[in-house]
Amino acid sequence: MIEVHDLHKHFGGFHAVDGASLRICKGSITGLIGPNGAGKTTLFNVIAGRLPPTSGRVTMGGEDITGLPPHELFHKGLLRTFQIAHEFSSMTVRENLMMVPASQSGESLWNAWFRRGRIREEEAALARKADEVLDFLTITHVADEKAGNLSGGQKKLLELGRTMMVDAKIVFLDEVGAGVNRTLLNTIADAIVRLNKERGYTFCVIEHDMDFIGRLCDPVIVMAQGKVLAEGSAQEIMQNEAVIEAYLGTGLKNKGAA
Amino acid sequence: MDLLNALVTFANFVFVPAVAYGSQLALGALGVTLIYGILRFSNFAHGETMSFGTAITIMATWGLQAAGVTAGPLPTALIALPIGIGATILLVLGTDRAVYRFYRDRKAAPVILVIVSMGVMFIMSAIVRFLVGVEDIQFADGERMLVSARDFKTWTGLEEGLAIRTTQVITVVVAAVAVALLFWFLNRTRTGKSMRAFSDNEDLALLSGINPDRVVAVTWILVAALATTAGVLYGLDKSFKAFTYFQLLLPIFASAVVGGLGNPLGAIAGGFVIAFSEVMVTYAWKQVVAYASFGAWAPDGLLQLMSTEYKFAVSFAILIIVLLFKPTGLFKGQSV
Ligand SMILES: Nc1ncnc2c1ncn2[C@@H]1O[C@H](COP(=O)(O)OP(=O)(O)O)[C@@H](O)[C@H]1O
Ligand SMILES: [Mg+2]
Repeated sequence: MIEVHDLHKHFGGFHAVDGASLRICKGSITGLIGPNGAGKTTLFNVIAGRLPPTSGRVTMGGEDITGLPPHELFHKGLLRTFQIAHEFSSMTVRENLMMVPASQSGESLWNAWFRRGRIREEEAALARKADEVLDFLTITHVADEKAGNLSGGQKKLLELGRTMMVDAKIVFLDEVGAGVNRTLLNTIADAIVRLNKERGYTFCVIEHDMDFIGRLCDPVIVMAQGKVLAEGSAQEIMQNEAVIEAYLGTGLKNKGAA
Repeated sequence: MDLLNALVTFANFVFVPAVAYGSQLALGALGVTLIYGILRFSNFAHGETMSFGTAITIMATWGLQAAGVTAGPLPTALIALPIGIGATILLVLGTDRAVYRFYRDRKAAPVILVIVSMGVMFIMSAIVRFLVGVEDIQFADGERMLVSARDFKTWTGLEEGLAIRTTQVITVVVAAVAVALLFWFLNRTRTGKSMRAFSDNEDLALLSGINPDRVVAVTWILVAALATTAGVLYGLDKSFKAFTYFQLLLPIFASAVVGGLGNPLGAIAGGFVIAFSEVMVTYAWKQVVAYASFGAWAPDGLLQLMSTEYKFAVSFAILIIVLLFKPTGLFKGQSV
């Protein structure tokens, strides 16, 4: 689905991503873990077109997508969420979701003025879809709140919700679970699994919670210092000496072994 | 009677002129605030953009007049306005393509874009001077007065008259229509909503599949239309002189900042705040006070806080005060 070949991203002299190569298979929920500063978010930023790479190549289904701007990647079905949740703070939660599916007949001024009936139908369909998503994510009660007033966890859910408004092919989730309580985290995990099974979404998930990773992800890729350190099933990763040293520490080793 | 006279004097010298001037400032400030919200810089070339649109409209007006086309009691410039808007759209889209896009692609800091816009300002102002020169140009034709002071006095029997010029009414009507259309566009159309989304959170807007080039182009088109309309209305109401449009930059920015940069509703409110302050501070209140106190107090002085030559100081003072105490403006905008 996605292949990354020898990707480099340098900030001045600092090599945030330093020759990473990896593959995300179609239909998988691939985990991406690693210590803070390993370059995971930077890797996402480069793949998703937010930052240009210093060198290297990214392909999607064999097609070169290196350096394409985010809005073009969106139309190819590549979506992402942010580590620090983003939202249109002055719009309501429902309006936030309704912003996502771009390019409909409402785009042209002609249609907006002369085909108001059709636009209204489309808007209504969009609102129904948004309500389904809100229901799915169990945040229907905040549908008419300004998105800026949501709690951190609810914003994360909203981020996930945006990816459900269209038929995405691959979704990159950057620390969806950070700052989210257990109940919400389970909701998110369930949503990811259902989207994967029912709608065929491929996921690449950055997360620090190893339970979450272990339950959801196969395979798991470990990054450290801008490079890919290891790849394998969650079980293999938790036993891997190099990974334990670089990231997991001995506490988790015991837990993983137990 | 005296109270009515006080009221009429006030309406004649303060309220009516300030409402017309406020409408012009509001339209100007809307352009500034849209650019700030979407392109994220303060466009110093905005006054010259207004000036350019007005210059083209004036030339088109002359052409129409020469061809014998007029709008009857209304100024011919209203027919010529779409031509001015069209030319200004081409100018700003061309400028964006040739200048601003280069810096946008490099993700230049806002301060760099501000300086760049000053360069653009000089070029535009040279173009305008080349086109229509630096002289004072009166281009309002048609019926001059809607209500003349003399008629008003005969109708009401009051000592004071109320004069309403056609251009003042046209200013208010055209500004109201322009604002209504703008808000319909921003709130009801998908393109308008994507502009608001882009202004709110650019990263997220891109991720939602919104095409930034399209948003930027649409913004420039709206700005050109607003700027030309503002410039033509101001020119009809007063007169056209290349240099005055440069000076208008200060009250226009003050309006946008007072209302909260990036906030369209704020820009409108800001325009009226600045216009009323300017007119009221520079107005000699002697007559109004004399009437209102039933002649009991006829002040010796003019009761004028500041002479009209200093009117720009009012905008400046308000600008400073707002920046010191409420940098996001009276309505929530982006911090400057
Ligand atoms: N825009 C940037 N400019 C300079 N350094 C950056 C930038 N973005 C990230 N970095 C640096 O790159 C390194 C990797 O960051 P990041 O990709 O966010 O790591 P992770 O997501 O794995 O915690 C960090 O040391 C960070 O400080
Ligand atoms: Mg990160």
